[in-house]
Amino acid sequence: MRKLKLLLAGTVAAMALSGATAHAERGTDGDLKILFWQAVSTMNPYLSGGTKEELSSSIVLEPLARYNETGALTPWLAAEIPTLDNGGVTQDLLSMTWKLKPDVKWSDGSAFTAEDVVFTWKYCTAPDGGCAQAAQYEGVKSVEAIDPHTVKITFEEPKPHPYSAFISAKSPIIQAAQFKDCVGAKAPGCTSANFLPLGTGPFVVKDFKPNDVVTFEANPNYRDATKPAFASITLKGGGDAASAARAVLETGEYDYAWNAQVEPEVLQTMMAAGKGRLEISFGTQVERINLNWTNPDQALGAKRSTKDAGPHPALKDPAVRRALSLAIDRDIIVEAGYGQSGKPTCNIVPAPEAVASTKNDSWCLKQDLEAANKLLDDAGWAKGGDGIRAKDGVKLSFLYSTSTNSVRQATQELVKSMWAEIGVDAELRNASASVFFGGDPASPDTFQKFYADVLMYTNNFSGTDPEKYLAEWLCDKMPGPSNGWQGQNIPRYCNPEYDKLVGELSRTADLEKRIALGKQLNDMLTEEGAHIPLVHRGDQSSFAVTLEGVKMNSWDSQIWNIADWSRKK
Amino acid sequence: MTDATLTSSAPTTASSPTRSALADMWKQFRAHKGGVVGLITFAFILLAVYVGPYIHTVAPNKINIRDKNQWPSLAHPFGTDNLGKDMLAQVLAGGRISLAVGITAMLLALFLGTLVGVLSGYFRRLDGPLMRLTDLFLALPLLPLLLVILMLFRDTLRAAFGPETGIFVLIVFVIGITSWMHTARIVRGDVLAVKSQEFVLAAKSSGIREYRIILKHILPNVLSSIMVSATLGIASAIITESALSFLGLGFPSDFPTWGRLLFDGANFLQLTPSRVLWPGLAISLTVLSVNYMGDAIRDALDPRAVKR
Repeated sequence: MRKLKLLLAGTVAAMALSGATAHAERGTDGDLKILFWQAVSTMNPYLSGGTKEELSSSIVLEPLARYNETGALTPWLAAEIPTLDNGGVTQDLLSMTWKLKPDVKWSDGSAFTAEDVVFTWKYCTAPDGGCAQAAQYEGVKSVEAIDPHTVKITFEEPKPHPYSAFISAKSPIIQAAQFKDCVGAKAPGCTSANFLPLGTGPFVVKDFKPNDVVTFEANPNYRDATKPAFASITLKGGGDAASAARAVLETGEYDYAWNAQVEPEVLQTMMAAGKGRLEISFGTQVERINLNWTNPDQALGAKRSTKDAGPHPALKDPAVRRALSLAIDRDIIVEAGYGQSGKPTCNIVPAPEAVASTKNDSWCLKQDLEAANKLLDDAGWAKGGDGIRAKDGVKLSFLYSTSTNSVRQATQELVKSMWAEIGVDAELRNASASVFFGGDPASPDTFQKFYADVLMYTNNFSGTDPEKYLAEWLCDKMPGPSNGWQGQNIPRYCNPEYDKLVGELSRTADLEKRIALGKQLNDMLTEEGAHIPLVHRGDQSSFAVTLEGVKMNSWDSQIWNIADWSRKK
Repeated sequence: MTDATLTSSAPTTASSPTRSALADMWKQFRAHKGGVVGLITFAFILLAVYVGPYIHTVAPNKINIRDKNQWPSLAHPFGTDNLGKDMLAQVLAGGRISLAVGITAMLLALFLGTLVGVLSGYFRRLDGPLMRLTDLFLALPLLPLLLVILMLFRDTLRAAFGPETGIFVLIVFVIGITSWMHTARIVRGDVLAVKSQEFVLAAKSSGIREYRIILKHILPNVLSSIMVSATLGIASAIITESALSFLGLGFPSDFPTWGRLLFDGANFLQLTPSRVLWPGLAISLTVLSVNYMGDAIRDALDPRAVKR
């Protein structure tokens, strides 16, 4: 708790400082041009789980609190963050009380009240509503308005980490008056409300063309009279990552392009034009190789890659799992595919800094072919005539699957060549991202099915608390036919010790203890080889050199502070 | 004109000795300058692709990250890619696969297309059902079909032939059975036109069997359009293969093919233009040379042109 308070104090100080350098007037900097290479299809984040919709709606809709660029919770529509210390969270951890900022107005001039907050909860939890952000309200028993500026949330069971409902771009507040007839099954039909929602944010939607262009203009009722500096925003959608980055960095047609997922040297050539710059921020994304702990042999039919298939013939050996990690040179992978936007890592929880472990960095971060070869020699895996190691008729030859993406395919090739040096062969395979991440239980190519020996992709957790994320490796979360392949324990890792520690974490409220437990769990996963963490990936977007006030943020919407953006004179 | 066909085709094919017919064809072929240039170019590409790796002995998959994104040099005549792989070796290796896929898939599509086209053009009773089948295949959405075929047979073929041959068989099959329809329609149209001519009637009335009429009289006369289909088929097969690789349905990603090299290099156009130039040039030259060869072969095979 002390750390959180420190962070909060720091944020307040930072906000005070930025206030001192505030620009002159609202709407003096003209039009801001934004390019999203995935077009926006709705302005209502509750009807789409997509990042692009969360980002675009964060220009208009605001939550009670946002994570700032350091990952600290910052009050937004709330006056302060409720904690145990200030009495906002009760001692039994069963309820919390939010105090709202007074004098906040919707863009139509009406007052923002606690009723809007209560309505937002009702809207997202209404049956048949298909709310995409329902997970944010998980465990919430009721939300009540105590008075027009006080909201009380009651939980079904004690919540040591209660910050999820009404926080971040995932669950902003919508206006009760506008959406009152759009609850439940009627939600998708309310086109005008979904396309032109009223908000409390710095801009108002002026025109919305689905999957094409959105135009915004400055909100005349915004609570800070000097902001935003821009008079309007044009948000264009479509294209691909490389052309979007080019439009900002090389030709200067746009001021901001989201997600520059392009090879570093290509971005360098674009930046030579001097029109733009890259901003990178690090959240919790980790590119990892999952090792299959179960047998994916095709001969097992429906049982393959489930608990019933039995352990993997080669990967069940801890020496093999450790050697595969030792053989990888993470620095080269970062250099070839990620540049500034990646760092080598051996953690599955790589951030925030206070939570990240450093225990395994000593053996795992640097490539050590000698140690890897020795480990395999000692374990009895001997090289055959073809240079591939084998033991008892089991060859160290793995099917290595991932999604289709040029950086991933380059990484696959690099890893394959590194493994070749310790006598391990890999067959590369990739599946289109829409299939690979599509979750279709009928497709054999989804990452949940894991019909391969090793599998590479990126995942992260939202917010700054890893408890829910670490619970993904519980024994009973293994994907399989019984749960429609929806489990999150992709490596099929199972360790009763681990399960016990996760249970302990969910009952611990003390921040220091939570951090220690989180680190312990993270270290267990790396040491036992549930997966091989490769790269801590950053979010990377391109901005025009003339754009000021940008603070890239991986914990919340990238454009969380768009009210503070201005054009260099 | 009909008279000319009647009097010329029947005697030449029937009475001349085979050797002189072949010589005649070669003479016709040589008269087509574009065809000769095409033949030389195609032979050169084939030679380079199959013999080249014995001269330029760098392995196509050898990664050397320190030598990445290099412009052409003595050690790497075509430069290197962003992982430091030698582009010349990759273009040569890619050519073997692309040409093999292109030619095999084209042959399969050609065989199916000609079979269906001739049968439906010649036998009135088969015309309706076969043409509706053609319509059916034309209406099939290609991508979902590919997904289903791949899902059903990939692992089986992989187990039977190994990852590379299995995928090769699958891709050739998939491209072949999804690209025969246009050939079938063109051939049917030509067969209908040829069938109604007097020399066919003459052949029929002299008691020649149906299959001999088809092989000896109909096929030579529609060969020209088949040849054009064939040349276009190679090009589209090479391009379809690259589209499949892009979707992750083709060969494993460390397996170079011309289409994949071109696709991978597109982002690096400003940095190392040779990554796009060489595979692109190889595809264009192959397609162009095969087209000209097809043109010349058509001239050589045209029964009306032989006596000219």
